[in-house]
Amino acid sequence: MSEGVDKSRRHFLTVATTVTGAVGAGFAAVPFLSSWKPSARAQALGAPVEVDISKLQPGEMIRATWRGQAVWVLYRSDAMMQTLPEVEVSLRDPESVQPQQPGYAANQYRSLKPEIFVVIGNCTHLGCSPGERFEVAPADLGPEWKGGFYCPCHGSKFDLAGRVYKGVPAPLNLKVPPYRFLNDSLILIGDDAGVA
Amino acid sequence: MSSTENQGAGARLLAWVDARFPLTKMFNEHAAEYYAPKNFNFWYYFGVLSLVVLVIQLVTGIFLTMNYKPSAADAFASVEYIMRDVQWGWLIRYMHSTGASAFFVVVYLHMFRALLYGSYKPPRELLWIFGMLIYLVLMGEAFMGYLLPWGQMSYWGAQVIVSLFGAIPVIGDSLVEFIRGDFYISDITLNRFFALHVIALPLVLIFLVVAHILALHEVGSNNPDGVEIKNVKGPDGKPLDGIAFHPYYSVKDTAGLAVFLMAFSAVVFFAPEMGGYFLEHANFEPANAMKTPEHIAPVWYFTPFYAILRAVPDKLGGVVMMGGAILLLFLLPWLDRSPVRSIRYRGWMYKLPLALFTVSFIALGYLGMQPATPVYTNLARLATFIYFAFFLLLPWLSKADKTKPVPERVTYHA
Repeated sequence: MSEGVDKSRRHFLTVATTVTGAVGAGFAAVPFLSSWKPSARAQALGAPVEVDISKLQPGEMIRATWRGQAVWVLYRSDAMMQTLPEVEVSLRDPESVQPQQPGYAANQYRSLKPEIFVVIGNCTHLGCSPGERFEVAPADLGPEWKGGFYCPCHGSKFDLAGRVYKGVPAPLNLKVPPYRFLNDSLILIGDDAGVA
Repeated sequence: MSSTENQGAGARLLAWVDARFPLTKMFNEHAAEYYAPKNFNFWYYFGVLSLVVLVIQLVTGIFLTMNYKPSAADAFASVEYIMRDVQWGWLIRYMHSTGASAFFVVVYLHMFRALLYGSYKPPRELLWIFGMLIYLVLMGEAFMGYLLPWGQMSYWGAQVIVSLFGAIPVIGDSLVEFIRGDFYISDITLNRFFALHVIALPLVLIFLVVAHILALHEVGSNNPDGVEIKNVKGPDGKPLDGIAFHPYYSVKDTAGLAVFLMAFSAVVFFAPEMGGYFLEHANFEPANAMKTPEHIAPVWYFTPFYAILRAVPDKLGGVVMMGGAILLLFLLPWLDRSPVRSIRYRGWMYKLPLALFTVSFIALGYLGMQPATPVYTNLARLATFIYFAFFLLLPWLSKADKTKPVPERVTYHA
């Protein structure tokens, strides 16, 4: 046995254990980090929900809850439909270029059926819930207001297709969730299997 | 041998401990033989006071967890239960909620002291970094604690702040889902914020406070003159301008602490809500995921940064500016290139910007509480500009500044 310190052996052991330990720590981190992702129960509770629109009249809106978020179903009246092209000049993304909706809702109405508008009621700025302001030209929103949604938190404005106005903090149109019609009076929100 | 027999029981016990644990050694190192400059003024109370508030928060927090229930179904009611049914529960909770605001009051004043006297300048950069990390963890701790009562403002405040991470390109949305552990702020989010608030962040906080104090005692305290007292030592090797922390400052600080606790108690007993500034009115309504309160504002200590966020008309830009406002503070030791530390020996090129910075910070704090009207938004933009200009111009201004000669020894100002 040599009396001297075998530095190369110490170096080898240090490097080998460090590398092995780092790999082990990386694997050990996976369960802890994954435990932060939505649990099986949270995912089950986030399953699609059915909304019955058989009693919905033109001009009316109902609120459903999907994944803890408000989902609005608005039956747009003819007068409401007419405002959509009128306000386009004041909108940030009138053509729905940004991917804030499934492909089948990337049209001028942002919906599957032109009159029935389905949207998640969370402002794209910081997640507040905007209020429905369907009256035309109210005192606080000015004479240009054709009806839409107004967020009280930071003043973001959206039209009746959830399209964001220019010059407000919200950067994007309101998000349209995946959905499909089970029949004429039943909408399934959260699932769009089979919709082109 | 006879000497040990003559000692009292206390001294013998101490000797027994000292032979097994460095008790006397540590006490001397950090108190009885820690020499602090003899010219400390009013501004030097706030370090000790932050430590006391930390202890208040830890003790009251432990007792609150004995009755609080971290679930969406029970949280709001359990806080009401603490307020109404638990014996003296109202007092413990008000001490904790007032303590949160008091923590930021003393920490902001403590940080402002560093700006006045250049306490972040070499060799105290790391001391400053530890302090900034404490401030950062404190903000996280306060934010997560605010969700726990599960009131309307708790809920929507958390919704807004967590959404900030959604502004990060590409990973934003999945990061937000990761933080919430759900598709919205839910029971799951509340439960994990509780764990972070009562265990994880307090542990980190205590570790950082220990590091902050060890770093301080390694480099020594700065003082209102910005003079390095270690440069002039007496024949005994102790700084001529230094006095032992114990008993000189331990006694002085105790007197200051008494005054602080009077003010603290006055708030706890007579104005625990502070007119909605310490406990916001909307928070007396249980959280409702379907209805946003008319006006959302964070608690006062976050409003300067919230005002910066709102002042920027772009979501990602606002988040970046808000983060930058805090990050720039970390860089202060390297942005300030003045040869002197204390404001007493600096010229107008530091005094004026610091005054403007202070005014803009307070203005942002006020504006962050107000609704975002066009006038207020423009004022917030001006204040944001001044805030950033202070840091970005500091390297040039501090170098060009005309400084006065710094004395060799500390001075006394009436």
